[in-house]
Amino acid sequence: MAFALIFLPILMAALAVAVPSNHLRPWLLPVTGSAHLALTLATLARPEWTTSAAWLVLDPLGKLVLLVVSLLFFFCSFYAVGYLRHREERPNRVFCACLLTFLGLLSLVTWAHHLGLMWVAIEGTTLVTAPLIYFNHTQRSIEATWKYLLVGSVGIALALLGTFFLAYASLHTGMQATLTLEGILEHAPKLSKPWLHAAFVLLLVGYGTKMGLAPMHSWKPDAYGEAPGVVGALLAGGVTSGAFLALLRTYHICLAAGEGAYVSRLLLVMGLFSMAVAGLFMVGQRDFKRMLAYSSVEHMGILALGLGIGGPALFGTLFHVVTNGLTKGVLFLSAGNIHRAYGSKNTEQVCGAMRRLPLSGTLFLVGFLAITGSPPFGPFISEFAILTGALTAGRFLIGGLFLCLLLAVFIGMGATVLKVVQGRVPAAARRTPYRDSFLTAAPIMGLALLVLLLGLYIPAPLNTLIGDAVRFLEGRP
Amino acid sequence: MNNLLNSLLVMVLMLNLFSLGTSRIVTVIRIVAAQGALLGLLPLLLHQPFTLVMALTVIPTIALKGIAIPGMMIHALRDVKIKREVEPLIGLQSSVILGALATVFALLFADQLPLTAAHSGALIVPAAIATVLTGFILLTTRFKALTQVVGYLVLENGIFIFGMLLVEAMPLVVEMGVLLDLFVGIFVICIIVNQINRAFSSMDTRRMVSLKD
Repeated sequence: MAFALIFLPILMAALAVAVPSNHLRPWLLPVTGSAHLALTLATLARPEWTTSAAWLVLDPLGKLVLLVVSLLFFFCSFYAVGYLRHREERPNRVFCACLLTFLGLLSLVTWAHHLGLMWVAIEGTTLVTAPLIYFNHTQRSIEATWKYLLVGSVGIALALLGTFFLAYASLHTGMQATLTLEGILEHAPKLSKPWLHAAFVLLLVGYGTKMGLAPMHSWKPDAYGEAPGVVGALLAGGVTSGAFLALLRTYHICLAAGEGAYVSRLLLVMGLFSMAVAGLFMVGQRDFKRMLAYSSVEHMGILALGLGIGGPALFGTLFHVVTNGLTKGVLFLSAGNIHRAYGSKNTEQVCGAMRRLPLSGTLFLVGFLAITGSPPFGPFISEFAILTGALTAGRFLIGGLFLCLLLAVFIGMGATVLKVVQGRVPAAARRTPYRDSFLTAAPIMGLALLVLLLGLYIPAPLNTLIGDAVRFLEGRP
Repeated sequence: MNNLLNSLLVMVLMLNLFSLGTSRIVTVIRIVAAQGALLGLLPLLLHQPFTLVMALTVIPTIALKGIAIPGMMIHALRDVKIKREVEPLIGLQSSVILGALATVFALLFADQLPLTAAHSGALIVPAAIATVLTGFILLTTRFKALTQVVGYLVLENGIFIFGMLLVEAMPLVVEMGVLLDLFVGIFVICIIVNQINRAFSSMDTRRMVSLKD
């Protein structure tokens, strides 16, 4: 099954290159997205399909991320058709091919049980998303793409060095050096500690750059600000989840090696720092797409924090991967619509989105309420679970700081979002022909419904999957 | 064998310092090409006997790191007017001294690391660390987009040297994947450099300041 999930999108990408019509080509996206989602759901239902080769195994952690990525891509693919219809003046051959290849590579990340192979796939996602960020071909998008490529490549190169250090740590056990997850986990308690510590730091910095943890987040506001909304959604919900999976693999190995305490301290510091930086830069943020980037930094911080607390917070953390991924879809796609309708993303020109775009404006507000952890949406449940986890683990200070930072972000983000959606459309605002259409609004509503559903009740199969993932991570049978 | 290996690694370290001391961008690219080609030879010295699998690693490595990637970069340099790194953040001489200090630090640091007996005599680990640090110096003190890319390549070379210790852990498929990623990465970066040059009429990354908070 792995081969179908990885190569189907890549073959479709080749097909996208071959299709001559700019108008018909985007429809390959929803076709692939639907097939991929169907295959993913089928694979999740059939345990015998989850091993395809020695290095391609879908464990519960991989399943969870694959589900998020596939769901998000499914909705984004329909939106992309609507979006590209408004951009028919630009050739979309490269855009479609890169989006499809991206899906294939991200699927490979979720299946890979060889850390070297996983690295190759994650670096691959960096490369295929660069042309997506550059889609608008403006000076600003060149600048964003350059920073994204250079910071991302250097960060990910450090992750490769960390991966090598990990292999060297296994060489010390007197065994052959190995990078298969099974091989390392089997000998985890015997790994050389100094090399393991160094490897963890490098991997945290490397994959943390890809996730956008502060202070390695400098590329993020630029890239998310300049990329089309649909690309932002896939970066903030897909790439970051994939990079977080890589961090989870590292965490898993360190936990099995008995280094939980060392790892947890670093993760807590990174997590709180990211949340604080995000909160600080959100205050008075005039560009609402950059604001979303900082929101992504914040949520990566929450994920790192949850992992750092460990034990009782793990369920909430893994659930947060799902809720954050889907909510980011709502936010970025609706922000993309608002950006298009006003021809600006500065809150000085963009006011009264509820009047000009009643649907997208409302969905943007809903997305904001959801992502900041207001009930009754999914992120409320996951953030609450992380908080209870912190208190159960006796980490009262961490729990208190977590709450304070959430509140700070709520206020900072709220000021910008309310400016966008409320009030009257300023007389100086540019008139554009864009209004909500079925293809650009329905996918966002679908995502928003899912986020709401997850807040009201967690479906039993998902609950079991997350429970399995937590047990897998902690090394319990 | 260790002697031959170490002398090759010393040459790699010398090339690091050379790359820090030149201002002509073409020369820096050629130095990194030479370094890449030298690194391609490493597996021959480290792992006896010579096998088909090894040939499959050595030949693509030399072809990509020594010829294709530098070729692409020199091609990207063609349309550029200013071909020198005019005013680096720290002067060329100071960079060379900094590079030398980094090398000394790498040698001292590698002594502290717990190495397996088989690797303790060779210069592999210090050479890897020194090359990674050189890459960082180039990345942070130079402002021309292409020189920064050279810095990234030097960084990758350093990681490649460390990877030589772990051939068993990196199967051919993964090794090729890493090389392919590097190649495509530089290819995409060169396209972007070209666009930067066209849009900003310069390769100076200091001109790109429109995105900030």
